Amino acid sequence: MTAQDSQVNSVEVHDLDLSFGALEVLKGLNLDIPQGEFLVLLGSSGCGKSTLLNCIAGLLEVSAGKIFIQGKNVTWAEPSERGIGMVFQSYALYPQMTVKGNLSFGLKNQRMPKAEVEKRVARAAEILQIEPLLKRKPGALSGGQRQRVAIGRALVRDVDVFLFDEPLSNLDANLRTDLRVELKRLHQRLGNTMIYVTHDQIEALTLADRIAIMKDGVIQQIDSPKGIYNKPHNRYVAGFIGSPSMNFIHGRLARHSDTWMFEANNLTVPLNKYDFTTTPEPDMPVEFGLRPEHIALGDAATSQPVQSSIVVELVEPMGADTVVWSELAGTEFTIRTDSDTSVSHGDQHPIGFNPSRASIFSADSGMRV
Amino acid sequence: MVENVVETDTVPQGPRPRRAFSRTNIMLYGTLIVVALYYLLPLYVMIVTSLKGMPEIRLGNIFSPPLEVTFEPWVKAWSTACTGINCDGLSRGFWNSVRILVPSVFLSIAIASINGYALARWRFKGSELFFSILIVGAFIPYQTMLYPLVIILREIGLMGSLWGLVLVHTVFGMPILTLLFRNYFTAIPEDLHKAARVDGAGFWGIYFRIMLPMSLPIFVVAMILQVTGIWNDFLFGVIYTKPDTYPMTVQLNNIVNSVQGIKEYNVNMAATLLTAAVPLLLYFVSGKLFVRGIAAGAVKG
Repeated sequence: MTAQDSQVNSVEVHDLDLSFGALEVLKGLNLDIPQGEFLVLLGSSGCGKSTLLNCIAGLLEVSAGKIFIQGKNVTWAEPSERGIGMVFQSYALYPQMTVKGNLSFGLKNQRMPKAEVEKRVARAAEILQIEPLLKRKPGALSGGQRQRVAIGRALVRDVDVFLFDEPLSNLDANLRTDLRVELKRLHQRLGNTMIYVTHDQIEALTLADRIAIMKDGVIQQIDSPKGIYNKPHNRYVAGFIGSPSMNFIHGRLARHSDTWMFEANNLTVPLNKYDFTTTPEPDMPVEFGLRPEHIALGDAATSQPVQSSIVVELVEPMGADTVVWSELAGTEFTIRTDSDTSVSHGDQHPIGFNPSRASIFSADSGMRV
Repeated sequence: MVENVVETDTVPQGPRPRRAFSRTNIMLYGTLIVVALYYLLPLYVMIVTSLKGMPEIRLGNIFSPPLEVTFEPWVKAWSTACTGINCDGLSRGFWNSVRILVPSVFLSIAIASINGYALARWRFKGSELFFSILIVGAFIPYQTMLYPLVIILREIGLMGSLWGLVLVHTVFGMPILTLLFRNYFTAIPEDLHKAARVDGAGFWGIYFRIMLPMSLPIFVVAMILQVTGIWNDFLFGVIYTKPDTYPMTVQLNNIVNSVQGIKEYNVNMAATLLTAAVPLLLYFVSGKLFVRGIAAGAVKG
């Protein structure tokens, strides 16, 4: 890393280790976040995403490595000195203070002049539309209002980096959708760097400029939502993103003349349209991954390059679309189709898909082929 | 049962009727009333005896209300009863107790709450061990420490003074109070602490501006525990003070157990009631807060 790079990136994490006694939570983690990026840390619980956020915030002391914020090495700095604002899942509002008291607490700790405090609180209240609530105590607010105040508390600090620790997880579904949109709007308006921890993939896909998927303290893939969704680096990422999750069919790669083929029980897929990441080896054991929404059912199947047929086992209508459960090449197979399609238990339907939208993973290493 | 089945359509509807004089209720309230009487009877005897004159007491009807109400025993107990050569009643002991109580309660609660806060939220290397050692202190019998403390107090020149006793009470209150506060502060969400740190509040800032305002119930509990404990203490009082600085309990004992002259039961009862008045009053005033605080502190531990 040169000094110049440090200036470009808003947050940099170098070779970060964190362990609690013998338990290693983060291992040699590196992360560069450019100015103004909305980065989502995504993973199932216990993967170290919140721990990483707490390290960046300075709430946990790192075991090894360095953290830079705005080009300054803040590894030993107090949370309040790092130029960050943080929003917690449990809101963490000070219950005995009014909303205004909550917003101004941090500024008063900085011994900021009163007029400036008033100005900042007024601005944050205006942005978040919480002006009528300023005199109330947190106990008298609804969940959504509380989370807005918590965001406001980060906002008044006028910092470069915002940290969000599962901020929407405690809200009910409708409110979560609303606040999600609002957060995105806020990011567009302010242009700050934001690091956002969540286990909800919809939140991650909708909000992020880039998503970092974590597992066991290691970043598995860091990419744009599109990249994560369409070209997952490994089997874990592929299975984690998407609902219902990707279909995986075990089989082997084979070469016929100059075309690679995927072969399983009773299924052969020519891969001449597939974009290989690495050079495949003949007879390599692989998993062929196909998203349920990339499979055409019924009449639409005929226009697809690869065709087969399935017997419907179970139908799950989800409103906007319908999930069909069946079996293909000896494994469970789900298809997501339009809710207008009429399917019912026991029917036989033709299916079709395009291998260029598939993902193939080595069965041994789990990496994309 | 059969009846119920027959009338299923109409009768079981809305809330189930409850009889006021069911067997359970009679048992329950009967037991409670008997137990309450058992505990109230001695108090009743004390109050009526303290309001009687000596001739009436000699009649021996200890349960009968006073024929002629007199407050003289109360006045005597407070201001003229004799202990040894001093004949100024319990009043001196009362003020001694107050002068011991106020600094002891204040110091022990202030220190223990800060201990508890530090142990709950600012863990340091060895903090768990430190806490364990502190808790073990609660289980060591006081008697083993009496004599070493006499020597310590003598060496630092506080033997026999009120401040020596204040120091002893503060130290002995530490284990249980620290445990109480630590458990209470541990139950306050950690995110709040983190948020305050991001907001730039330090150790004291978080303690005074975030933790203290949220912890009134536990402070009330600690105060009640300490006020009653220190006010009722006899052992430390009799050992670490001298006649001039005896707390009220020691003086009460000296009045009641004096062997010369006639036993003035009415004065003894009045003196006892006067001594018990302070903790009694405290319970009446803050009983509700006490229960709430104990419950809150006990949830997580």
